[in-house]
This record gives sequence, structure tokens and C-alpha cells, in this order.
Amino acid sequence: MSNNGTKGDVVLMKGNEAIAHAAVRYGCDGYFGYPITPQSEVLETLEALMPWETTGMVVLQAESELASINMVYAGAATGKAVFTSSSSPGISLMQEGISYIAAGELPALIVNVMRGGPGLGTIHPSQSDYFQATKGGGHGDYHLIVLAPKSVQEMADFVGLGFDLAFKYRTPAMILVDGMVGQMMEKVVLPPQRPRRTDEEVLEQCPWAATGDADKRGRNNIITTLELDSHVMEKNNERFQETYRRIEANEVRYEEYMTDDAEWLMVAFGSMARISQAAIHTAREAGIKVGLLRPITLWPFPYERISELSRQVKGILVPEMNAGQMIEDVRLATEGRVPVKHCGRMGGIIPSPSEVLTALNSLIEVK
Amino acid sequence: MKEEIIMAGFGGQGVLSMGKILAYAALLDGKEVTWMPSYGPEQRGGTANVTVILSDNEISSPILDEYDTAVILNQQSLDKFERTVKPGGTLIYDPYGIHHKPTRTDINIIPVNAMEATFELGNPKTYNMLLLGALIKARGIVSVEDVMKGLKKTLPERHHHLLGDNEKAIRRGMELVG
Amino acid sequence: MNREDIVKPENKVVSRPRLLNDNVMHYCPGCGHGVVHKLVAEVIDEMGLDKTGAVAIAPVGCAVFAYNYIDVDWIEAAHGRAPAVATAVKRLWPKKLVFTYQGDGDLSAIGTGEAIHAANRGENIAIIFINNGIYGMTGGQMSPTTLEGMKTSTTPYGRRVDLNGYPLAITDIFAQLDGTCYVTRQAVNDAAAVRKTKNAIKKAFQNSMDGLGTSVVEVVSQCNSGWKMSPVKSNEWLVEHMEAKYPLGDLKNNTPKK
Repeated sequence: MSNNGTKGDVVLMKGNEAIAHAAVRYGCDGYFGYPITPQSEVLETLEALMPWETTGMVVLQAESELASINMVYAGAATGKAVFTSSSSPGISLMQEGISYIAAGELPALIVNVMRGGPGLGTIHPSQSDYFQATKGGGHGDYHLIVLAPKSVQEMADFVGLGFDLAFKYRTPAMILVDGMVGQMMEKVVLPPQRPRRTDEEVLEQCPWAATGDADKRGRNNIITTLELDSHVMEKNNERFQETYRRIEANEVRYEEYMTDDAEWLMVAFGSMARISQAAIHTAREAGIKVGLLRPITLWPFPYERISELSRQVKGILVPEMNAGQMIEDVRLATEGRVPVKHCGRMGGIIPSPSEVLTALNSLIEVK
Repeated sequence: MKEEIIMAGFGGQGVLSMGKILAYAALLDGKEVTWMPSYGPEQRGGTANVTVILSDNEISSPILDEYDTAVILNQQSLDKFERTVKPGGTLIYDPYGIHHKPTRTDINIIPVNAMEATFELGNPKTYNMLLLGALIKARGIVSVEDVMKGLKKTLPERHHHLLGDNEKAIRRGMELVG
Repeated sequence: MNREDIVKPENKVVSRPRLLNDNVMHYCPGCGHGVVHKLVAEVIDEMGLDKTGAVAIAPVGCAVFAYNYIDVDWIEAAHGRAPAVATAVKRLWPKKLVFTYQGDGDLSAIGTGEAIHAANRGENIAIIFINNGIYGMTGGQMSPTTLEGMKTSTTPYGRRVDLNGYPLAITDIFAQLDGTCYVTRQAVNDAAAVRKTKNAIKKAFQNSMDGLGTSVVEVVSQCNSGWKMSPVKSNEWLVEHMEAKYPLGDLKNNTPKK
């Protein structure tokens, strides 16, 4: 849909559309993408907005996800704020490129609107790329900053947050969201339009970037991820790890709901957090004191807070749209103090609030 | 106020856009809204449905087990969603092409002869607006004025000459509920 | 005695191009890469493109370390992806010279898709394509452009078309695409060929700056190590066999006459 919201406009749009609008308004320099359900609206909306006419943002439909991610690598290597979006199979195809972006210490944003896998799978919502997103995904020791929006508003907000974090730490960030948030419409307040950085500002902000200004700079910049001397490569890795430790120390984000008096806890992200919230309402009416912790950053993961809560509650339910992935991190955080149970559906089926409630009840009964 | 609605019918009957217009109308009225479609091949002629939630407060789950109101446009959808209406809730359906009528006695069932009325009005594209008119009359969730504003927002400008036909259909739908 | 004592302005007849630095090249003696590097550095300097700004895209293959030798900004691409990388750079920085430097494994095998589509979109980039019919870096395996009957480490009895398919003249395909403005095939086996190649590179870079579309300069080149020949022998073999399959000359020239 063509909501050309201006500043302060409250509009109704899909999560995917919000991503596109927010990117233009952030002052993003470029988008490179390839169609795949359920996220094609990102590219479609950008093409319809024609930001090259207004902000000068580049939008290009590439020949494949492989090309897209390498275009993002390229744009990032020149200091520009660029991003791509895809859905699970396409993101798998991009993994080599994402590893290069991480190894090149480049800031970029990747959006994965997840669908059910493995394989070509289904086009329906899923959260089954949690491991891939949070544990590296491609080859080598690296992490992405992973943001998990639960609403269309957060889809819009996390574009700017993702870029800001990516540039702050010079590392790729990912918005990891299920197809439900991509496809659903909600009220969204779009951020005001920011101007794109001028080329001069890019040069100043990114003195490391390969902008083609070797002569002006007095030295040439080389963006490469190849280092045949293993001792130097180890040093590079140590530098990456240092960055990851700083991110872990500063950027853990989560939201709590009714945890103050909670005797039971749910940990869920994205859509599942909202579905869990509905189950919590019903459970509370029945006198069950249950709360929710929603990780907003899936990496870095809120281990510490979950560890604290595991001393307060009798058991933890982890509702996910997968076979049980985030539950492993929840278990790491709880160190075996309380039972941690998974509840979820796979292959594109969205668990209903009543299914979550049933799982909660069975956790309580077993205990 | 909180209204949880399921709208379902064949792809192409305008179920998704009916939901969108309703959501936009409620948004303009200052409400929180979610619009969650079934998507994919359904858009190409199978069954399509959309969950629309309107609320004064933040909305938690955009998908639901049961609904306050169902707007049903075909038999498959009736078979699937009749049982999901909350006791005391409302089921609006078009009897056109329905062979097995709804049987529940603990809900408010409102047949709306929208297909018939569409033929009378002469613009089949406004079919969904008849049902939307019936819905807002039956449930009082948004005003006609807000629906018209919502329609204006969602309809591409090149189709704005159709606003009159659409309003006619909405008002006719309201009359059908009586 | 050191270098300054020998090299004096009055006795200097030839000098290293300004943008070609002092690093010792890793290329084998007799390899064509060093010559093409020198030409690229000379052309950028002579056209003043380092002042305007130049971003070069390095491949995976023997030229993977090209960035160590020519002092412009470089981005090292994943294997085959150089044209996608160049696409984004040129679109984001349209006033800069953007070119890729790729071998036949990189461009005509793993990177065919990116190369064809960048050229078909008419990206305003130059592609320098070094075709020596072999994967040099990884130890002499067959590439798509390996000639029929040619022995490589993966075709130890010679390339058989029934097993390995036909040698791929990918530059002919570039010439068919509407997005390309200049497609040529050159060599660096003798002085005359080197001169022609330099002119071709110059033309390709000018096209990139003028926004005329994609230029492809194939350089049929020697890999005496991979071919297991002496440098002199490899030059003869190149003329006799490589040029028979990959004849030199312009395949397309839509560059306006100056």
C-alpha cells in the first residue's frame, strides 16, 4: 500500500512496508534485495517510494540473494548505510557474504522475515532460524547483533537502531522476525525524515572505508577478509571477540511483563511474546502468577536477567515457533535451577494462546 | 473497548481489504489495531481470512482462538469459524451459496443478503462494503464517517471516483441489518 | 652502493608507475598478471583517475592480492562476486572509477551469474578479465576456459569435452548483451600486444567514467607454471593454442569516436 506518511504521521501498514519506509527516513544509502515470500513487500515498497528521486537512496533488485549480500558487503565497505532483506532460504544463501561482512568489520543491516523450513519449506511464519542468526550462521567465529521486533512499530524502530548499532560497533546487525510481523498491519508512527549523510560526512565518519579517496587521504584503504598469516588472523579474531564482549556488556535489551510477583515465567520473542502475553492474561484470571521476559536482542542474549528470574520462579516455559532453539539459551541462563519446558509448533504453524496456556498448565502440574 | 473479528471468504471477495478499511477507520478513531491475514496462495482464489482486532489498549496476540464477531462469506469459512465465535458473540454471513446454515443458538446470527443487494446496486466490486456496512451497524464499532475516511486512505487515488459507490454499498449494508 | 647511487634522473629511461608500489609481487616469473597490473596502474595515473577517485575490486584467485600492489582503494570480493560488489560501489559512488580484476575461474565459473547480470544491467564498470585457462592459485585445476586436451591437475589426461564440457568463450557472451558498450580480447605476450591492451584498458576506464555501460577487457594471458612450460614456451603456446580458441580483437565497440 502506498502510505506516503510525512513526519508524525500515524499510518496503518504491514511490518515489511514499515521496514522500507523507516529505511528511507533513516537516511539509508542503499537497498539490494531479491524477491521471496513473505518479505517481498520490502523491495516492492522501496521501488514504489522511488527514494532515488528524493533522498538519493539506491534501490536495486539483484539477480540473487548471493548478489544482494555481496552488494551490501560492497556498500558497507565504502562506509554507506546499506541493507538487504530476505526470508529463511534466501538468508541461508547469504551466509557466506554475512561472514565476510563480519570479518571485514563492516556495518550493515540484514532483515530475515522467517518462514518455516528446512529446505524450501513453507511461506508461513516461523522462528526456526534462531540458531543460525544468533550463533553465527556462516563460517568462522562471529556474531551478529540480532534484534527481534514484536510489532510493526518495532519493525520501523529497529531499522534505525540496527544501523546505529552496526555503525557503532562496525559489525553487521540483523532484524530477525517471523513472517507474521512482516505480513500483519498495525498502527505505526514513522520516524521523521533524516537527510542522508553527504559523501564528505561518510569520509569523515568512516576513515577506514574504501571510498576511492586514497589520493585525498594520503593512503589507500583496503577492505579484505583474507589473511594468510595465522598469527595475524588470530589477532584479528581477538579484536572481533573484544567487540563482541563490549556489545554483550552494553547492548542487552529485553522487556518484562508481569514479572514482579511471578511464580512462573515465560520467555518468548517476536510474535510468540505477544501470543504468550494473551495466554498470560487468561492464566492470571485463573490465579496463576505468570510473567513474561521478552528478549529484544537475541544476541546479546539476556542471560543475566533470566538467571536472576530463575531464582524467583518455579519453572519456565519457552514458547517458540520452532522445535526448541532459544530454549537452549534459557537453559544456559538458568543453570538447571528450575524446569525449563519448550512449547511450540513447526513448519509455519502459529501456536495459539490456548496452546501456550495448555503447555503452561502441564508445566505447573508436572512440577 | 475491544473487538476481535475474523473475516473469511473466497480469495477475491475483498475480505482482506474489508478488514484493512475497518482497521484504518478504527485507527483514525484513535484505537489500537492489528490486521493479520492468511497469506500466500490463498490470495489467488482459495479461501482467505483476516483477523482484525480493535482495542482501546495495546493488543497482545494478533492471532486468536476465538472471536467476538465473525463475518463469513462462504461455506468453507462458515464450517471452519462458526465454532470459534465466543458465546454471546456475533456471526454475520451471506446466505448466498450457503447450504448448511449456522446452527449455534448461543450466538447472535445475522444473515445479510449482500450478494443479492450487490446485483441490485449494480457494482459487484462493492460487495465487501455491503458486509462492512452490516458489520458496523450490527456492532457499532466505528462510524460510517470513519469508514469513509479509512476507505479514502486505503483506496489508491485513481479509484477515488468509486468512493460514492462504496458509500452507497456501506449504507445499503447497514439497512440490511435493520 | 645503494639504489639511489645507481638510479639518477640523467640515466633513468623507464620508471615504475607511480601507483604501483614497491611490494614484491607473488606472481610467478613469466606470468601475465604483473604486466596487466602495471598497465592498470599506468592508465589510472595517466588519466588522473586516482585524483577523481578509484575503487578496485579484487577477485579470488592468483590476483587475490592485487590490492597489495596498486595504491588505490580496494575491496576484496568473495569468489566470483566482484561484479556484484562493483555494481553497488558504482551505484553508491557514481563519480568514481570502479573496476573489477578477475581471472577465468572467478569470472567464468563461480561468478558467471554476477558477471552476466552486471554487464546486462549495463553497470558503468570495467571488468578486466585475465584468461589463462587454469586455476593458478589453487594449483592448476581445470577452469571453464581450459582448452580441449589441455592437462590440468583435475584433467590429468587432458580436458575431454564429453566429460568436462567445452571451453567457454564467455567474452563472446558479453558482446551479445545490450548492457555492454565495449568488449575486447587482448593479450600481453609481446610489446605490441601490451600496447594494445593498455589502450583497451584506457578505453574501458573512460567508458566507466562516461557512464556508457559495462566494458569488458579480456586479456588472454600466460600461466607458465600451471601450463608447466618455460615462460618463452608459454608465450608461443599462447599464440598457437589460446589465441586459436580465443582470437584477439574487439568484439564490440560502441565507444564514441573522439
